[in-house]
Amino acid sequence: MLGYFLTTGLRPAAAALLRRAALACALLGATAAHALTPAQALAMAQGDSDARIAAIEAALASPTAPLGPYLRAMADDAVVVADGRALVVQGGQASDPVSGAAVALPEGAEDVMNNNRLRGEISAALAALDLFAPDTVRRREAAQAMLKQPSPERLPLLDRALAQEKDAQARQSLELARSAAQLGSSDVLQRRDAAAALGDSGSPQARLLLQTRLAEESDERVQAQLRRSLAQVDDRLAWGERLGVVFTGISLGSILLLVALGLAITYGLMGVINMAHGELMMIGAYATYMVQNLFQAYLPNAFDAYLLAAVPLSFLAAAAVGALMERTVLRFLYGRPLETLLATWGISLVLMQLVRSLFGAQNVGVENPSWMSGGWQLLPNLTLPLNRLVIIVFAAAVLLAMAWTIGRTRLGLFVRGVTQNRAMAACVGVNTARVDTLAFALGSGVAGLAGCALSQVGNVGPDLGQSYIVDAFMVVVLGGVGQLLGTVYAALGLGILGKFLEGWTGAVLAKIAVLVFIIVFIQKRPQGIFAMKGRSAEA
Amino acid sequence: MQRRFTLQSLAAAAAVAGLGFGAMPAWAADTIKIGVLHSLSGTMAISETVLKDTVLMAVEEINAAGGVLGKKLEPVVVDPASNWPLFAEKAKQLLGQDKVAVIFGGWTSVSRKSVLPVVEEMNGLLFYPVQYEGEELSKNVFYTGAAPNQQAIPAVDYLMGKDGGSAKRWVLLGTDYVYPRTTNKILRAYLKSKGVKDSDIDEKYTPFGHSDYQTIVADIKKFSQGGKTAVVSTINGDSNVPFYKELGNAGLKATDVPVVAFSVGEEELRGVDTKPLVGHLAAWNYFMSLKNPENTAFIKKWSDYAKAKNIAGHKDRPLTNDPMEATYIGIHMWKQAVEKAKSTDVDKVIAAMAGQTFKAPSGIVSKMDEKNHHLHKNVFIGEIKADGQFNVVWKTPAPIKAKPWSPYIPGNDKKKDEPEKK
Repeated sequence: MLGYFLTTGLRPAAAALLRRAALACALLGATAAHALTPAQALAMAQGDSDARIAAIEAALASPTAPLGPYLRAMADDAVVVADGRALVVQGGQASDPVSGAAVALPEGAEDVMNNNRLRGEISAALAALDLFAPDTVRRREAAQAMLKQPSPERLPLLDRALAQEKDAQARQSLELARSAAQLGSSDVLQRRDAAAALGDSGSPQARLLLQTRLAEESDERVQAQLRRSLAQVDDRLAWGERLGVVFTGISLGSILLLVALGLAITYGLMGVINMAHGELMMIGAYATYMVQNLFQAYLPNAFDAYLLAAVPLSFLAAAAVGALMERTVLRFLYGRPLETLLATWGISLVLMQLVRSLFGAQNVGVENPSWMSGGWQLLPNLTLPLNRLVIIVFAAAVLLAMAWTIGRTRLGLFVRGVTQNRAMAACVGVNTARVDTLAFALGSGVAGLAGCALSQVGNVGPDLGQSYIVDAFMVVVLGGVGQLLGTVYAALGLGILGKFLEGWTGAVLAKIAVLVFIIVFIQKRPQGIFAMKGRSAEA
Repeated sequence: MQRRFTLQSLAAAAAVAGLGFGAMPAWAADTIKIGVLHSLSGTMAISETVLKDTVLMAVEEINAAGGVLGKKLEPVVVDPASNWPLFAEKAKQLLGQDKVAVIFGGWTSVSRKSVLPVVEEMNGLLFYPVQYEGEELSKNVFYTGAAPNQQAIPAVDYLMGKDGGSAKRWVLLGTDYVYPRTTNKILRAYLKSKGVKDSDIDEKYTPFGHSDYQTIVADIKKFSQGGKTAVVSTINGDSNVPFYKELGNAGLKATDVPVVAFSVGEEELRGVDTKPLVGHLAAWNYFMSLKNPENTAFIKKWSDYAKAKNIAGHKDRPLTNDPMEATYIGIHMWKQAVEKAKSTDVDKVIAAMAGQTFKAPSGIVSKMDEKNHHLHKNVFIGEIKADGQFNVVWKTPAPIKAKPWSPYIPGNDKKKDEPEKK
């Protein structure tokens, strides 16, 4: 938005824009092409909301070239009032909204504040202007936005826009907006037709409009049509909702999977009850935070790429801590699960306090890179958040990499060999101590990757690991200790089950229900979904 | 061996001290001890640590200006670790062992409820600085945060009004414990009194520390298809970050479905990318963005203090918020009351607290009610700006008197607006 303004709004050379805006103003049926006066600009920026909205409407009735950029600046909070005139401030440089000439920013200039209502009004006004923009994408967005504040007064405008619109998608939105506007018409037949058209569209906005109209409608035939249309829309929306639940379930499952994968190695394969697993994730998340800060400080232009650097670094940071843990503490405790549990729990406390002392008890902010913010609209009522999509892909990639490492590489072979029969592996010349360290570092590194992913959806603080450690053990135990595939099934299963229950019973009860389910399941089948076969089972 | 060494060195230290100060009375008599009871670890450390620092800053300021009654204040800081029963234990220790004159502390209502019997039994004094659900009035507590009628009700009124978007349907979303449950009970009764039907109110709770808000946000979206919807959020603690992130990513804009929060301030938004959240609201009695000389001075004091003490986060980006302001007002009013009573005796100080005034950073002369132990407060509604600060879009014309007993809970009309005398 800002970029657009800078390139086209300020440069006097944007003659094309001026021409098209002039065309737009002619199309809008301006009686006389008054230029935007300073008084008008001030009235739009100052006073109470009602007066400002009236001023915007008045200006919109006879729009002129500077109006669009001025409204856009207002939407970006870039307008100030000083010495009884409104000024646009972009990049520290003030300019006159009417002439575009640069002026010195006077002392004591007050920012113009917009509340939600004004912001809605401004974007509606901008949409009205944008209906005739040369850029198809903007026309589509404008047509979409017209649906938000339908009123019969906008009908002539919509008709004119429809008359010259060629783009199919924009036309569709415009026709919908036209029906929405007709819903408030005084003609019964027109209302009924509008209700039918809205019913066919199946969009969530249409549902809101139909519902609102139904509350006010007095004519029986129209009421009946409204109900039919509502049912029709609901039918269409139901699919989006079902898919939504499945998606949220898979998303939660992918997070559970990431959280549990590292533990599937350290606990599942090596048998170390690693209570510090969560803290290894926290270290990965903090490594991401550090990389983010470094990029912010030294490479602000490449900020969007920071995550690419953060992924290997969070792996290495957590792996290094894991290797250190294994070398200094855990190796002396193999075969003594109770001591391991206590020692790793102690380490987790130490790590937490260490981070607290270094970074403070407060959560730190990790920003999503711009390509991970926002969502992808799949259906009218189904938006898939990009950060979650990326994490699902990331979890799949980590899973594949792990399966390959364990199943296909020499290290993986050694790890499997050592865990199945340590003495025999040592006899055939495997350096078991080294394999232990590497395997533990690998598991820890994967925990670090999980931390990197978690930093993109949740909080990063010293307690980050605490909230996931139970989930991680739950997934590994449910899946069957020592089984990678079991972990995958358990993570996805728990994710989808949890989300279905949440939609049904609410978050608090869903959590309890899942725990009860796991307890019952483990009672019936203590070995988890998949049991280890063969001799290692009794080890 | 170790033990003897300690004893010996203690004795030596005592001897040195005795020599050094000669005929002066015991050291403790020269200072007034005050207790600081905020969680410095655990879930609530996120919010409470900064309140401990605010108390310490105010103490430093008061001591630099000559202390209270000619004595320096000596803060005793303990860490109840977000553990509710531990709050009671630590309060007992502060009052019984350390003999503090006053305690500043607490954030969650459950921690206050835990301390309450202790301060009442031992006749201590507690200053509680956070907005809460009301339904409580103790002679031994001064509530410097907002009661529901000083935060929740005006916020709902604003959203029902034209500028707030004329909301018709309501999602009441909160963390599952006493504060959100009670506040939502009051709000439900209030909304019904305004003609909102039960089917237009959706009440939802999540556990403490909940981090996956996908389902909730999808439900809000669906609910909002039935009419203009507003969300009232009493989510507490760091769950707010994932909630707002999800909100931003799902494309639920403030112009469509505004969310007003009662526990989200400048500090809570520190960890969030605020650009997608522009326009969502919060209701408080103070915002850092308020422009007045007291606030400018307050922010400067805090920035300098945070830099000098190297407080993580705040040393680079100092932020102030409502509970910090309430803490700051509380300690200054206590000082004034002690000076008026010429004693730190709890009963005398309580009597002297009535009607105390203080020029608050929120820009008003803040007044302690003569009777009900609550402050008269201005209410501000702020919209989140892209930089994580709040843009005040509405404020009360004059300070509002607190109603700890909400008229929207049955039976409260018979309760007296002052603590019961015992």
